Parts: sequence; structure tokens; C-alpha cells
Amino acid sequence: MTATLEPRAAEPAHVLTPAELAAVRADFPLLTRTVRGGRPLVYLDSGATSQKPDVVLDAEQDFYLQRNAAVHRGAHQLAEEATEAFEQARQEVADLVGADVGEIVWQTNATAGLNLVAYAMSNASLGRGGAASRRFAIAPGDEVVVTEAEHHANLVPWQELCARTGATLRWIGVDDDGRLRTDELATTVTERTKVLAFTHASNVTGAVTDVAAFVARAHEVGALTVLDACQSVPHLPVDLHELGVDFAAFSGHKMLGPTGVGALYGRRELLEAMPPVTTGGSMVEVVTMETTTYAPPPQRFEAGTQMVAQAVAMGAAARYLRDLGMDAVAAHEREIAGLLLDAVAAVPGVRVLGPTENRDRLAAVSFVVEGVHAHDVGQVLDDAGVAVRVGHHCAQPLHRRFGVAATARASAAVYTTPEEVAAFGAALASVRPFFGLGDGA
Amino acid sequence: MSSPMEQLYQQLILDHAKSPHGRGLADGHAAESFQVNPTCGDEVRLRVHLAGDAVERVSWEGQGCSISQASVSVMSELVSGEPVATAEELGETFRRLMHARGEGLDEESEDRLGDATAFTGVARYPARIKCALLGWSALRDALIQAGHAGTPAAPPTEEDA
Repeated sequence: MTATLEPRAAEPAHVLTPAELAAVRADFPLLTRTVRGGRPLVYLDSGATSQKPDVVLDAEQDFYLQRNAAVHRGAHQLAEEATEAFEQARQEVADLVGADVGEIVWQTNATAGLNLVAYAMSNASLGRGGAASRRFAIAPGDEVVVTEAEHHANLVPWQELCARTGATLRWIGVDDDGRLRTDELATTVTERTKVLAFTHASNVTGAVTDVAAFVARAHEVGALTVLDACQSVPHLPVDLHELGVDFAAFSGHKMLGPTGVGALYGRRELLEAMPPVTTGGSMVEVVTMETTTYAPPPQRFEAGTQMVAQAVAMGAAARYLRDLGMDAVAAHEREIAGLLLDAVAAVPGVRVLGPTENRDRLAAVSFVVEGVHAHDVGQVLDDAGVAVRVGHHCAQPLHRRFGVAATARASAAVYTTPEEVAAFGAALASVRPFFGLGDGA
Repeated sequence: MSSPMEQLYQQLILDHAKSPHGRGLADGHAAESFQVNPTCGDEVRLRVHLAGDAVERVSWEGQGCSISQASVSVMSELVSGEPVATAEELGETFRRLMHARGEGLDEESEDRLGDATAFTGVARYPARIKCALLGWSALRDALIQAGHAGTPAAPPTEEDA
């Protein structure tokens, strides 16, 4: 049984009714299990990885049961069906994010996609790719601009690119509310800036970026834009053409799909001009003993046998989200975000890292409990069946910005219920008393 | 019968986390080790102070969860004044305790570990074993740096790597 909602084109965003939410949850078999001695699971770690609906699990299994074959080769029916499933999945993902099918490159995850862009720029800087790729070349005196809110996946590859090429890394700061300092764009992004890499939504603060402001400034100076869309694609309507970014990366496993697969979006003319990074089989045109010409994108960036079953299942996840309607998903999660913020605010001695106003933010709330380390907070919540993430969430500089080493994070997805948030709130209220601290801060 | 979580957070652990022993770096040390748990950011900087073949004391600074900080504190009490060989043996015994899945060890081993047996319940939570071992790893590293090659009692475990 798959939850589908009434189509609601042009209707105002619709919050899931309790019956619709129950139907959604029924699609996720794992959500019915218990943990820690029979307690119902309250899964609030979807920011790290989401749970998977039946249609995704079935798609992966069905591929292996019925259609498994090598794609883009072979003269037999199975190969045709496998190729069709693989390319149909690419279309589903493209449709979810407002891209053309040829602009979606399969990657193992978003990290791989971001590294692909950084390494392609390296190769272009070495002269690979000829005249067409010169726009990706980078040299001493050039600058790469990131933000202080980035996940390490959208920071370290750029540090490394700068180290390899002699370019300089700069960054946009974060304000006390956890929002990016859009006002710094005018001074930090300059004619020297070759790349502006930034997150669509922080996996720590939940703050959603004003992408238009970043893209506008990048266009003024002719910089490439690279968007980390890991946290936005599963939770918000995303139209990459409308956003106008040059590249975007997102992972399957955070958007109800399987692990081992993700996507890099690149504007078609850029992918066509960009030199390959991983080379080998399946990405070539003509190979001689001396030299090789390369296939057009996206195949140019898909060397070797791909994660076909996982890609097919990621396509099923994209279809599932589109059937629910991303407006409905976002509206539901906005309600959950408000409940999470209320739940955290109701507990004395708890401080949120990120916007406390439920505007332009995701249902991902990171917090510190005064006097209790995040790891210990997570342990007490876990004892109540509540699964949250603890640590720095792969964003050490952002935590340093707020003067903390670690936080606990509650993050939701379309299947999160108000009752789960209430259970989280009750468990959170027990943390300080458990460690012998007063109710007050 | 206390719950697994109450067994994890024994009162002794909570007390040590609140009022740690040996905290505050002192000079005159034979060696220093800095250890960090990269998954959660817990860290400890530990100095070992030797008097002949004995651990005179350890001094340390750190930040992290109650398990990691209490474990350094208890260790600091346990090894101070002991021969280096005894301190190393205690470390090996504590590592065995962390791999006992919460079942504890034989009576003799537990007697030797004393207060450190309060961490028995940690071994039920695989994600927390690294927390409890952080300080012990720092001690072993510092002793090796100080020229004590260590008794090759047990092969290094994943948690120690």
C-alpha cells in the first residue's frame, strides 16, 4: 500500500491529515519496530539518514529479481530492461529537482558529487579538457568561497582544491541566529572568486539559504555556484533550473532512497565542457593505445559499473516524494519544525543552535543542554526510544562558531508525527533531572 | 534491579564527572598524549609523571561526555603510585572489561580494577566504549612515549586503533 495524496495543483500547501500521515507511516516498515526493551521507536535522525518506504525496497529487490543485467551494453532483452529502468530512474530524479535528464550524474552520494566538481576543476587547471574546460581552471590569486555552515563534504574538497592549485579559500560567516551572513556576499565574493559553494539548508541549524542572493552575487562576478542540496531535496520543493545554480549534489539515502547512490546535477553546457575525473570503462568514445576521447555527459562522469539497483530505487524514492507532493511534504515538516521548537523551548536549560523562529528553516533542531554533554543527552533520549544524532554532525567549524564541541539534533522527515515530537519533549525534560541538575538552567 | 541506563550511569561515574580527580595539567611530566574521539569530539590531554619505575601521578585536561571524563578521573586515581607495569596491566584489564558486553570479569580482575568496575555497564553500549577508553589510550600512548614499550598483553583492538 502506498500513500498517495489528492493532487492539489495551485492549492495552498496542505498539511497532512492524521489519516494521511498514518498512511504514509504504513509505507515504512521499520517505523513499527521497538527499541531498548519494547519502547516504540521515535526516529528523529532523518537528517543523518531517512527510513525507506516499501516502494523503494521493492524497486531494489525487483530489479535483482527480474531485470538484473549490465546497462548500456549487451544485445539481450534483460540488458534493454535494465537500461530502461536505470534511465527511467534518472528521469524520476531529474523531475523531482527540476532538471533535464541529461543533467543528472549518478554518484555514490553527495560527497562524491562535490568531490567530482572539485577534482574536475583540478584537471581543468592542469589543462585537461582543452579550451572548453578553461572556464573551470583555477590558479593562485583565484578564490573559492564557501560558508561557515558547511558540512565537511562541502568544505574539505574545496580546501583540498585550493591546496592543489594555490587558490585561496574564503568564507561567508554565520550570524547568532545560525543564518548565513548574506550581507557579506558583496565583500567576500569578488572578481577573484571562481567558485561559490554553499548549502541549501544547514544540517545543523536547519536554516534555509537565500539561494537567490548567492546566485545573483555569483553571476555579478562570474563565479560558478555549487549547491549542497542534501538537506533540501528530501524536505522542500526544489527546482534547480529556477534556482539557477550551476551544480548541485544530493544523496539518495537522505531522501527515502537507498545508500550507495546519489546525484550530481550540472547545467548541461557545463557538464559538456567539464573534463572527467574517474576514467575507465563506459565513459569513453574511442580508445587507442595512445589516447582516448570521452563520452558526452552524463556518461562521461559514470566510469565503471554503476550502482544500478540503488539508482533504480532512488528513482522510486523520487517518484514517491513527487506522488506525495513536495509542497505537502514541506508543509507537514514545517508543522513538525514548529512543534520541535516548542518542545525544546519548553525545557529549561536547553539552548538551540539556529533559528528559533519557524521561518525559512527545516525540521532539524540542534541544541545543547546546559551541564550535560550531548552524548549523555542522546543516551537518555535513547533510553526512552528516541533516536537523535549527537556530536558535531560533520560541521565542526559551525559548532566552533557557537563555542560548543557537540550538540544533540532532532531531525524529522515526512513520516514524523506530532506524537513523536511530544515523546521527544517528555524525554528531553528528564535529562537534567537524571543527571541531578535542577529544572532551571 | 536497575535499568541498563542506570547501570551505565552509576553514581560513582556521575560523581567523578562532576568532581574529576587529577584534572589540571601539571609540569614535570615524562610524556604527554592528546587523544580525540573524532566521531563526537571528545578529547583528553594527559601527562604522565614518573618516579623511577612508578607512575607518580597523571594530570590531564579534557572535554567530553560524562563517561569519558569520569573514566579519566577514575583511571587517574587508580594508577597513581602504582608501578608502570601494574598501570599497564590495569589498562589491559580495563580493555577486557570493555569487551565483556556488560557481563563483567572474574573476581580477581574486578578487585584489581576497583572503582573502574563501575564502567561495566558501558560495554553494553558499543558506541560508548570509545568514550570510556579515551583516557586509557592516552595513558598507554604517554607511557610508550616515555620509553615504556608496554607489555604486549593483548593485540590492539579496533577501539584502541
